[in-house]
Amino acid sequence: MYRYDEFDRTLVKERVAQFRGQVARRVAGELTEDEFRPLRLMNGLYLQLHAYMLRVAVPYGTLSSRQMRMLAHIARTYDKGYGHFTTRQNIQYNWPRLGEVPDILDDLASVEMHAIQTSGNCIRNVTSDQYAGAIAEEIEDPRPWAELIRQWSTFHPEFSYLPRKFKIAVTGSPHDRAAVKVHDIGLDLVKSEAGEIGFRVHVGGGQGRTPMIAMTIREFLPKAELLAYLEAVMRTYNRLGRRDNLFKARIKILVHETGQEKFRAMVDEEYALMQGESPIEVPPEEVARIVAYFAPPAFERLPDADPATDRLAAEDRDFAAWLRRNVKAHRAPGYAIVDISLKPIGGVPGDATADQMDLVADLAETLSFDELRVTHEQNLVLPHVRKRDLPELWRRLKAAGLATPNMGLASDIIACPGLDYCNLANARSIPIAQKLSERLADQALQEDLGELKIKISGCINACGHHHVGHIGILGVDRKGTEYYQISLGGSADENTSLGEILGPSFTEDDAVEVVDKILGLYRELRENGESFLQCYRRVGARPFKERIYGAH
Amino acid sequence: MALIRHGLPAREDFAAVGSEDALPEGAVIVPFARYRAEREALLARNAPLGVRIEPGERVEELSDDLPRLAVIALAFPQFKDGRAFSSARLLRERLGYKGEIRAVGNVLRDQIFFMSRVGFTAFEVEKDKDAAAFAETMAEFSQVYQPSSDRRPTVLALRQGARMAAE
Repeated sequence: MYRYDEFDRTLVKERVAQFRGQVARRVAGELTEDEFRPLRLMNGLYLQLHAYMLRVAVPYGTLSSRQMRMLAHIARTYDKGYGHFTTRQNIQYNWPRLGEVPDILDDLASVEMHAIQTSGNCIRNVTSDQYAGAIAEEIEDPRPWAELIRQWSTFHPEFSYLPRKFKIAVTGSPHDRAAVKVHDIGLDLVKSEAGEIGFRVHVGGGQGRTPMIAMTIREFLPKAELLAYLEAVMRTYNRLGRRDNLFKARIKILVHETGQEKFRAMVDEEYALMQGESPIEVPPEEVARIVAYFAPPAFERLPDADPATDRLAAEDRDFAAWLRRNVKAHRAPGYAIVDISLKPIGGVPGDATADQMDLVADLAETLSFDELRVTHEQNLVLPHVRKRDLPELWRRLKAAGLATPNMGLASDIIACPGLDYCNLANARSIPIAQKLSERLADQALQEDLGELKIKISGCINACGHHHVGHIGILGVDRKGTEYYQISLGGSADENTSLGEILGPSFTEDDAVEVVDKILGLYRELRENGESFLQCYRRVGARPFKERIYGAH
Repeated sequence: MALIRHGLPAREDFAAVGSEDALPEGAVIVPFARYRAEREALLARNAPLGVRIEPGERVEELSDDLPRLAVIALAFPQFKDGRAFSSARLLRERLGYKGEIRAVGNVLRDQIFFMSRVGFTAFEVEKDKDAAAFAETMAEFSQVYQPSSDRRPTVLALRQGARMAAE
């Protein structure tokens, strides 16, 4: 894992001191709320329905046990004993008091964490693949590049007042777990025919009101050119992105209105002109310094199979289900990647209590080389676990309600905080997520339904990623009543697609019934073990529309 | 309103002139549109001349005239409109402008550090209190990650220097 040096540490501390001053000026009345808003937003502090909300960055989703313990401490000391992991690999606290926020930031700084640029019209926390450095299929670990982007984007003097927020995701695997094509900039590490590794650059993806899939503007960018090329994209956007209409201000609108070829040419022209100006090349020694922090841990040489683990799997159906669903193949023999489900049946997706966070920190420290990951699907990961430790790990997770064997299944639902917390929301997201989770709880049913991604947003801003859910649910307000619009066929992986709206919306209870019927029809229609998404792509929307609306 | 130039309180010595106003004696700052329309006459005057650029206007169009302009005033109609940050860097790094780049409009204390990094050397701040806090706000950050027009050594360069010293 990356560790701060004196420079990184100094900058984060200075940011806390600056923010403490800004809060003091607000409290003293020297700043109006209008003037304070952009300052607090630039530091992840929102004013929500009931209280302030603080969003803490988990850069590219990587945490140490010490950091996780601090997140638990903050939940206990300044909040109501829990935190909420978000779809951008961050954590949110829903009940901090304004005057205490600088103290929270001090606590975070003591473990090399911050809330810098987790909101505001700036470059946000960079996200990545939660299995980086652990999964066998990886071309190269994306985290050193994500860290380089973190540093470059932190307090960027030219790009801190962009037309709108800006999100960058990086992945190093052919199978995309970072949803790069629905980001403002998505980066894939790819290998050229000559065997050189570089970036494929996608620009202009996004969800929200106008969902769009990113266009590829560079098939192969040498790694050494990454930051310079990003500056060319950012400058093009900063100068030409629309500022007349909040809803058209994201780079996706600029890219799609301009067109792929023309936008590419504009970036290339800017990039050519930039040569010889402020040199932004990163010395190879600096890249090597950062890469060294992400060196693989000292894995033991182990046989790939562990007999005791296999024995327990044969004897205990629950353990076997957990192995099947929540444990993934690791690149090192004898090791496994373990998903920790934050989706207990009937629970609030992504919530974790302080005690759960402490337990997970202990497990990471003793069983996973001190490393943890946060996923954009609102779960946690222990990336490097010996297979022989799986039985013990499972028992301890199970005792804490963290071993629900549902990763990738129907009850592994993404949901935004919705109208229970968020002042942008039109409808609640959590209760319908809970009802669906309870309805679909049966393990045999879930496994029969197979891979299924249900994603719920409480408003058009799409924090719950409903556009890219196999089944997407969007909360809308109709004359003061919450309704839910259902879309089908979205996906956020390497074959990204946007869901199609099924038809008129439903009440909360009806929406749960409708999802049930959709899944029933899928079971009738599927052929040869097709997943829901494969089946939908084959048969299209029509049979589903007929089943749901035909009877009306 | 208060003017800060090179870090110090300064007396205003330019008159900001609108598109229709009669030209006073002495140094003036005129809107870019007026500059385009009256370029010859304005450059022929025997007084320092400045041009005010709105966010959507392209500084590149001034490139040939830059050596004859004492001030480029980059406007912030709203503080959140950040286009002038790019304009300032282009003036300094691409077009080689050496004169004063002044931030005018909705200029607030908490933007000044970034403005100075991209090449602004003068600031018309709206609140006198913000002017008084200038030195404080400029000292809030002792390190920077990105190269920019201020040519401050970056954290990356400092790390590289430390590595070379250690060898």
